[in-house]
Amino acid sequence: MKQFLSFVKKEFYHVFRDSKTLLMLFGIPIVLIVLFGFAVTNEIKNAKIVVCDYAKDPASQEIINKLSVNETFLLEKALLSPSQIDKAFKKENIKLAIIFPANFYKDLVHLNKAQVQIIADGSDPNAASTLTQYATAIIMDYQKQLMQNSNMPYSIAPEVRMLYNPELKGAINFVPGIMALVLQLICVLMTAVSIVKEKETGTMEVLLVSPFNPFLVIVSKAIPYLVLSLVNLTVILILSVTLLDMPINGSVLLLFGASTLLIICALSLGLLISNVTQSQQSAMLMALMGMMLPTMLFTGFMFPLENMPKALQIFSNIVPSKWYYIIVKSVMIKGLGFSAIWKETLILFGTTCFFLIVSLKKFKIRLV
Amino acid sequence: MRTLKFLLRKEFKQIFRNKALLPMIFIAPIIQLLILPLAADYEVKGINISIVDHDHSTYSQQLVSKITASGYFQLADYGNSSQGAFKQIEKDKSDLILEIPQGFEKNLVRENQEKLFVAVNAINGVKAGLGGGYLSQIISAYNNDIRMEWMQQPKFNPMPQIEVTSSNWFNPHLDYRFFMVPGILVVLVTMIGAYMCALNIVKEKETGTIEQINVTPIKKYQFVLGKLIPFWIIGIFIFSVGLFIIARWVYSIVPVGSLLLLYAYMSLYLVALLGLGLLISTFSNTQQQAMSITFFFIIIFMLMSGLFTSIDSMPHWAYIIARCNPVTYFIEVVRMIVLKGSGLMDIKNHFLIMTGFALLLNGFAIMNYKKTS
Amino acid sequence: MTSEVVIKTDKLTKRFGDFIATNEVTFEVYAGEIFGFLGANGAGKTTAMKMLCGLSTPSSGNATIAGFDVYKQTEQIKNHIGYMSQKFSLYEDLTVIENIQFFGGIYGLSDKQLKEKSNELIETLGLKSEAKKLVASLPLGWKQKLAFSVAVIHEPKIVFLDEPTGGVDPVTRRQFWDLIYQAADRGITIFVTTHYMDEAEYCNRISIMVDGVIEALDTPANLKQQYSATSMDEVFYELARGAKRKSD
Repeated sequence: MKQFLSFVKKEFYHVFRDSKTLLMLFGIPIVLIVLFGFAVTNEIKNAKIVVCDYAKDPASQEIINKLSVNETFLLEKALLSPSQIDKAFKKENIKLAIIFPANFYKDLVHLNKAQVQIIADGSDPNAASTLTQYATAIIMDYQKQLMQNSNMPYSIAPEVRMLYNPELKGAINFVPGIMALVLQLICVLMTAVSIVKEKETGTMEVLLVSPFNPFLVIVSKAIPYLVLSLVNLTVILILSVTLLDMPINGSVLLLFGASTLLIICALSLGLLISNVTQSQQSAMLMALMGMMLPTMLFTGFMFPLENMPKALQIFSNIVPSKWYYIIVKSVMIKGLGFSAIWKETLILFGTTCFFLIVSLKKFKIRLV
Repeated sequence: MRTLKFLLRKEFKQIFRNKALLPMIFIAPIIQLLILPLAADYEVKGINISIVDHDHSTYSQQLVSKITASGYFQLADYGNSSQGAFKQIEKDKSDLILEIPQGFEKNLVRENQEKLFVAVNAINGVKAGLGGGYLSQIISAYNNDIRMEWMQQPKFNPMPQIEVTSSNWFNPHLDYRFFMVPGILVVLVTMIGAYMCALNIVKEKETGTIEQINVTPIKKYQFVLGKLIPFWIIGIFIFSVGLFIIARWVYSIVPVGSLLLLYAYMSLYLVALLGLGLLISTFSNTQQQAMSITFFFIIIFMLMSGLFTSIDSMPHWAYIIARCNPVTYFIEVVRMIVLKGSGLMDIKNHFLIMTGFALLLNGFAIMNYKKTS
Repeated sequence: MTSEVVIKTDKLTKRFGDFIATNEVTFEVYAGEIFGFLGANGAGKTTAMKMLCGLSTPSSGNATIAGFDVYKQTEQIKNHIGYMSQKFSLYEDLTVIENIQFFGGIYGLSDKQLKEKSNELIETLGLKSEAKKLVASLPLGWKQKLAFSVAVIHEPKIVFLDEPTGGVDPVTRRQFWDLIYQAADRGITIFVTTHYMDEAEYCNRISIMVDGVIEALDTPANLKQQYSATSMDEVFYELARGAKRKSD
């Protein structure tokens, strides 16, 4: 035990003496929280649009007013021809054009029918469909207003309640995702690199030749990153609660327990990677090229997993952070207990064991 | 010039001899380009709804069939118990609940007004907004139908109708892949370029071969060029494979605009990017450090580039950061040229800004790299 | 050995904060000499050598290498010197031939010269069967000999060797010094640091550095006489045992 502790101490020295790496390791989660909490959002805001108002009548004015007040749109009024609109799209000056034909109000009142044309820049489908929908909703609102004035009977009034996130804060969706991303990526990366470094420099052989159980040596390498990750987790939670008003509705203990499990899982994956690579460069590239984008996408917090083709959904099952994300949402936001997450926990546990067993096997083969 | 030739020969030999590296540089991006665009789709489909019907009237049944027929929703559960429905939401089996109160049909006809109760899992705000929006639209349309039924129909339709026609230019089917593939391609090329360049130089520092180089008459700019050019070529190669093979054959994306313009911009972008890698390497002493710093920048660049989320929606300070990010410009240019056919005049500003980046980053890096300490 | 001065230093000093690594070092080296730069670990040899190679800027003092000033003309210095660092610095992932060709090309040898030189080198070193193998696969002694040959491939005026024979067996060491003699015969000045005292005997003149200062500079014979010693070992021990700096 004493020997093990001395190994752990040495590993701590390695980690803490490299101030540049340390800065990054602690800096990344903080930066992510700030960015995701305040900057990155799925919502569309401040979209530049142009309104071609050939009508210039009360109806078009009213609708244009509503549009300009809405946060989503940054309005500009101009009378553009189709080729001018095309040009403006190509220059990325505007994302949407709304065209009110002449006699808009007159037609509405006398013929009970009028047209509005919306042209969207389809190269950004998300913006196009969202902006079109929002603009349409505002126009429909105006239509409803007109109808209201004639006092419509038989009204169904839906009462909508938003659960878990009444203010529709993006952070509630993102923060558990960041937790998963940060813990998984950093642990895998750092462990893999640190172990491979010893292989590369040859100090691994020295350790293997020593009387200490080599596996304990490896474990001692992982421990500083375990501690570091838990500290990172705490910082993320504190920042989310204070800066982003995130709730922690469930048991904090359960949360930390699940997090520790994910960390250990990621560390074992790092161990596995270090076993199959020979140089730091390849370990880094494997962990980064191979894992960064997939982790971001398959954890499920950027894009809904249900949208993906079945094959990819099945693939996402082997990404540990996916299960962790579910656990965090259930515990932290929905406030549920262990009974709700036992299945995911079991899967994480199983994945960890799998990684460890495979690594151990590969390790033993090398020694023999 | 001869010196440069020797440097390049050495670099290429080293890169291609590195058996572990080659798959990462060439195969991994291709695989990711094949898989990731399939995953990155914002369209909200298949929302699960649980309906609790306390009324079981004609009207309630009609509403339910309208909802299931709409195509937006999948009926997860239809029952009597609100508790049961809530459990569904807890287990993530359902995204929203519609509760129809007892006496719905009766009250609507007699009192002219009736309520419906909707509860939405709002953890994913966008999904909740859209789901709630679609449901409201369906309810509202159904409401209209009921009114039609009950009200006398005069010759003229008393309700003014505004017909909104919408069209989408450049991407009429709103195919998300058109939007994502160029962006993901850019990110992949960026990752490879930045990492490879930074790590490569730091490796020479770590092994000590850089000292040997410093003692020779190799000029600073020759050394720097010797490092940039191989990765520049590799970057262009990967981008070309991605664009002409994967994007074309798998996703049917054919660039609408000028390829010459695209490649010119890409070349400039790579110079800027590799300059960043170079700069990072001058600040790192070990590969681990270089990797951490590059990782830090890459993550920020990815998130603040408009790849996944729009930068216009960001608060002003974040928007400025996104505007200081070279990746943002390249993604915009790729999308503009490939999808819309934008021309040189349209991207004039982008060119100027990227030139600025290239000069700044490379200049700083060359200044920082000293053969004599 | 001629009387042409190829290295001249005048109170050359390097400071790192409060720590004076090299303290007002003054000496001259003549063309064609084999000059041994001795001292214990940590005495300041490598620091001094780096300044002479143009790898490090002195804090104060002057030096000229092959007639070029060490502050303002470092690039010209590099054209006229060769260097072999303590840490082996050829490319392990290139073959023997590739390393020779690379460094030869960098130093401006024409294609014809390169071909001739590489064949010559490979013959001399006996590396014919190893020529196309990666340098990583060579045993240490061969690597060192190769590194030396590459360092003098362009027939520089001076070649700087930083502990070139560390970790190498006695037979290979002897072979290495044969190479050095051959180079010296061709007129190349050899500036070598070592802490193998027997190698000191092979040099024309040596200097002994203790705690950043040169405490002795003369031929081995004169030094032995001066300190009434029978071997350089004893001379060194006399001078260095009072050293305040321990090796790091």
